[in-house]
Amino acid sequence: MADTIAPNPNALDPNASSARLAAGPRGKKPRPVLAPRNIMLYGALIFAAIYYLLPLYVMVVTSLKGMPEIRLGNIFSPPVEITFEPWVKAWSTACTGLNCDGLSRGFWNSVRITIPSTVVSIAIASVNGYALANWRFKGADLFFTILIVGAFIPYQVMIYPIVIVLRELGLYGSLTGLIIVHTIFGMPILTLLFRNYFTSLPEELFKAARVDGAGFWMIYFKIMLPMALPIFVVAMILQITGIWNDFLFGVVFTRPEYYPMTVQLNNIVNSVQGVKEYNVNMAATILTGAVPLFVYFVSGRLFVRGIAAGAVKG
Amino acid sequence: MTSNSVSVRDLSLSFGAVTVLDNLNIDVADGEFLVLLGSSGCGKSTLLNCIAGLLDVTEGQIFIKEKNVTWEEPKDRGIGMVFQSYALYPQMTVAGNLSFGLKVAKLPQAEIDKRVARAAEILQIQPLLKRKPSELSGGQRQRVAIGRALVRDVDVFLFDEPLSNLDAKLRSELRVEIKRLHQSLKNTMIYVTHDQIEALTLADRIAVMKGGVIQQLADPMTIYNTPENLFVAGFIGSPSMNFFRGEIVERDGRKVVSVNGVDLSVDSYKARGPIETGSQVVLGVRPEHVQVDEASTGTDVHDAVVDIEEPMGADNLLWLKLAGQTMSVRIAGARRYAPGTPVRLSFDMGLASIFDATTENRL
Repeated sequence: MADTIAPNPNALDPNASSARLAAGPRGKKPRPVLAPRNIMLYGALIFAAIYYLLPLYVMVVTSLKGMPEIRLGNIFSPPVEITFEPWVKAWSTACTGLNCDGLSRGFWNSVRITIPSTVVSIAIASVNGYALANWRFKGADLFFTILIVGAFIPYQVMIYPIVIVLRELGLYGSLTGLIIVHTIFGMPILTLLFRNYFTSLPEELFKAARVDGAGFWMIYFKIMLPMALPIFVVAMILQITGIWNDFLFGVVFTRPEYYPMTVQLNNIVNSVQGVKEYNVNMAATILTGAVPLFVYFVSGRLFVRGIAAGAVKG
Repeated sequence: MTSNSVSVRDLSLSFGAVTVLDNLNIDVADGEFLVLLGSSGCGKSTLLNCIAGLLDVTEGQIFIKEKNVTWEEPKDRGIGMVFQSYALYPQMTVAGNLSFGLKVAKLPQAEIDKRVARAAEILQIQPLLKRKPSELSGGQRQRVAIGRALVRDVDVFLFDEPLSNLDAKLRSELRVEIKRLHQSLKNTMIYVTHDQIEALTLADRIAVMKGGVIQQLADPMTIYNTPENLFVAGFIGSPSMNFFRGEIVERDGRKVVSVNGVDLSVDSYKARGPIETGSQVVLGVRPEHVQVDEASTGTDVHDAVVDIEEPMGADNLLWLKLAGQTMSVRIAGARRYAPGTPVRLSFDMGLASIFDATTENRL
């Protein structure tokens, strides 16, 4: 016992440690940079990155070239003479059917469709999820099951009945009609998302709020909502990208003057008159994809955090 | 009716086919500290949630302050509740947490400030009022949670395992604090726990529960010394009571419990009724009711050998083999015995418990 308590006589001697250590491995284990493990790992990552980035590269490069340069056929070569003409044309003067005002009309249509659809669907789904998770009302399980089953019915089956319903309501062909359709179709997955998140929050929090006298809406707005921000971000990303990228509902439920950007893009790219303007098509495609891309870049990290928060807790 | 603070009458609760509470009755006197004690799944938390109004009962009635509150909302029952996970609102400050219920009740701001200040003073959390729950330690959080019940100015406090999430040292500190709080406020408190030390130290009365049924309802010393049945005897006490299966036989005109040839006299045992010769029994002896003494002689003294020694500082626990069975004996910490040491055990049969082997009830 005594020798461990007594001050170490070698404590002040810098060379003392070498006397205590035996020869052989010591400290951090060295890892060569070019180990097979690293080569495999980074090789696979670089390959995957190229695989996904190459089409994007071709698109950007092509959209910056003039038509004579494109006809040379070197799709991978960078533009000799950079021109933004195709971008301007795609945005403001490309012809889609009768109109020749480019994608700008579709862009604003998409904005007018996406924002209300996202806001309304998330508002309703979050209350649904909260009610299903915390207020175990009679028939809650049945209601939830029906909602989830609804998510598995193919869209195609429901299109014609919905056309009839909208027609009878006098909403067929209008933006309002399309917004209602998007809200309804977003409901199952969003409700599931919110229900699972609220279920993962400690139940005692809800009980404490009830003892404190808070009612349904008070608990929702004061307790649950401030805690649910990550899942709101996830829902927002899902809805914005989903609705922005939607083609089927946009083409079925609206009139040409309300076509969303995706439908207009298709009409530009697939127009049969005249020459195929590849540079304009590429620019139009990038413009259409820019919004979801921007949303991912801005909120990607929040998205991952939100998904993880919903999955791990509880 | 007498001045009962909380009365539960013929309470039943079932979820579908599963009956959690069955025809339960309990009366809690004004200012009493009642502990509901049991292992998990025994229905103690369910009972507390029923009293709080967080669960709808299937059958029966609940009275708080002589008022039938069976159908009342939690906020109208005059209760405050403290939860195991603290359940503090994470986005509000401590002051916000304390005042939330009062704001919901639309109390004037001056009154809210007064009550928050008083609760903060009692619990000594004034310096924490502006902090968020995430900036508090576990003990501080639970103090705030108690404060949230305190500001409601209610007659009955409900505690749902409030100390289970804390480490051992904090747990014993807050335990004392809760006891002090009860002594100064003199409110009725109902406290759910699975920790027998908390139950024994805090309670005026303990209700030991199993399978939704109250096994014994009595003051801590009665529960400890004269457990009503085998379950209560085994549940209370750490290390737990030693049990010996045996038979009542007569030796030289005296009734004894015979355990594998080891005889222990029942003369000094305070039986409820006559103990029939030939009946199968379970003898229960607490570890501290056996003396270890090499010199003692007499009828209830037997030889044993020390198997394992567990020194715990203040006392020392010996594991011995007697009548082919392992038993534990608690002795003073200063007395040490090496494994293999032969010792003599003298049983204090006046403090023992004898249960019927089939009904498991105390004889």
